[in-house]
Amino acid sequence: MNKLLLGRYLPGDSWLHKLDPRTKLMASFYYIAIIFLANNWQSYLMMFVATMIMVAASKIRLGFFMRGVRPMLWLILFTVALQVFFTKGGAVYWSWGWLAITQYGLTNGAFIFMRFVLIIFVSTLLTLTTPPLALADAVESLLHPLRKIGVPVTELALVLQIALRFVPTLMDQTTKIMNAQRARGVDFGSGNLFQQMKAVVPLLIPLFVDSFGIAEDLATAMDARGYQGGDGRTKYRILQYHPRDVYAGGWMVILTLGLVFLRA
Amino acid sequence: MDITFDHVSFTYQAGTPFEGDGLKDVSATIKDGSYTAIIGHTGSGKSTLLQHLNALLKPTAGTVSIGDFQITSETSNKNLKPLRQKVGMVFQFAENQLFEQTVAKDIAFGPKNFGVPEDEALALAKRMVELVGLPQSVLEQSPFDLSGGQMRRVAIAGVLAMQPEVLVLDEPTAGLDPAGRAEMMAMFAKLHDTEHLTIVLVTHQMDDVADYADHVLVMAQGALIKQGTPREVFADTDWLRANSLGLPKTAAMAERLAQRGFHFDPLPLTAEELATQLLPQIGGGAHE
Repeated sequence: MNKLLLGRYLPGDSWLHKLDPRTKLMASFYYIAIIFLANNWQSYLMMFVATMIMVAASKIRLGFFMRGVRPMLWLILFTVALQVFFTKGGAVYWSWGWLAITQYGLTNGAFIFMRFVLIIFVSTLLTLTTPPLALADAVESLLHPLRKIGVPVTELALVLQIALRFVPTLMDQTTKIMNAQRARGVDFGSGNLFQQMKAVVPLLIPLFVDSFGIAEDLATAMDARGYQGGDGRTKYRILQYHPRDVYAGGWMVILTLGLVFLRA
Repeated sequence: MDITFDHVSFTYQAGTPFEGDGLKDVSATIKDGSYTAIIGHTGSGKSTLLQHLNALLKPTAGTVSIGDFQITSETSNKNLKPLRQKVGMVFQFAENQLFEQTVAKDIAFGPKNFGVPEDEALALAKRMVELVGLPQSVLEQSPFDLSGGQMRRVAIAGVLAMQPEVLVLDEPTAGLDPAGRAEMMAMFAKLHDTEHLTIVLVTHQMDDVADYADHVLVMAQGALIKQGTPREVFADTDWLRANSLGLPKTAAMAERLAQRGFHFDPLPLTAEELATQLLPQIGGGAHE
């Protein structure tokens, strides 16, 4: 159960770790938006170098980011293949019926690949340097204005926080139940599709039963401590912007200007 | 079926910043037919050690031999079923593993996985329900309609139904009431005596160690720091206290009596031993 990297936080004290989660969240979305401005090798090269600088600033080994790419590999390869085979234009290197590998196809494929990898790197960077609960706080804080139009922001944030909080608990429980069933002779991940699906039943049912139990206990515990809903609750962790958040914003502005300047 | 640990080390999540020591150079033997207790704090590596007994975890270094099976870091995950059939595992809060529609089906689940035909497995379920002290009427009930203690018994019956040679128990009585606890420990002792099951028990109850075990392994921070008979392990009371392990109640009482001038040799571990040694000293007659 340790393969899941998305949403995995690596404690650290780098500059990026200390950045306000709201800044990181907004900057990540902003980065994903502006990467679509890149349309030639110069602009992609700049984004690549910029991303590597951010990765280096996190002081996290590159291997962790590579592992973030792995689960998406098939999706990436599929998209790249579509681009390579179905983009027309430029010199034709190979063709067979309606399939053709062209110059534009290859460059487009390379760009799409780059875009995918960079986006995954940046979102991995966000989750590796930000504790999930800080992210939930950031979402709550950023969505706060929506309360005016009746969106139950604090309740939504609570749901998000509880969900995040129980991810490790449920993962632990999954490992335990898997072990217990493996000890009773279940083979997870072997046999044909039907056998594999059957093997999941002894895992899922106890997990559901357990989750309902946990939810009930949590509700009781919250009631017992007088929880009565969101508005007006004070916070233990108060988010506050620092000068470094302004620098991070400045970095994004520089990237945008660079892109506008370099793109074809 | 002897189980031997030969310089076994295990590292959790090797190669990540979450790396942690699970076991450090553990060498020990669990003899066929023995009743071995494993004691130590939470986090001392007891559970990690247990999971090596049926290759749920494989050593990072060293070898675990379980009967004819040799488990090293290179052992493939295939072909482990015969091993898992021989080593039955009752995990902590074993009731969490129940999932079937009826108690009978849940108990039959293990044996069926190991190739026992359905009707034989259901017959086994019938026998095992009785063995763990539940009425036959629960067989057709949903396991989720039972009480916590009954669910625990059903889960244990499910493991026993696999007809293992080694029964591994990870705090099997945690969260049970005292009567249930005593009954369950008596049941395991009976299985050990009559069915000659090798029993490995992880526990925090030093009384159970003194009453039932014939061999004790003491774990601390992933290392095996002491092993021997309960008498050997409980002899050095200062060492036990230094490692924040408790004494069996009888031994603790004898120790306090010794401070008041009574004399015990050896330190009594069970109520009976205590009584036998105490009686002459308080002027009681020879007891028949």
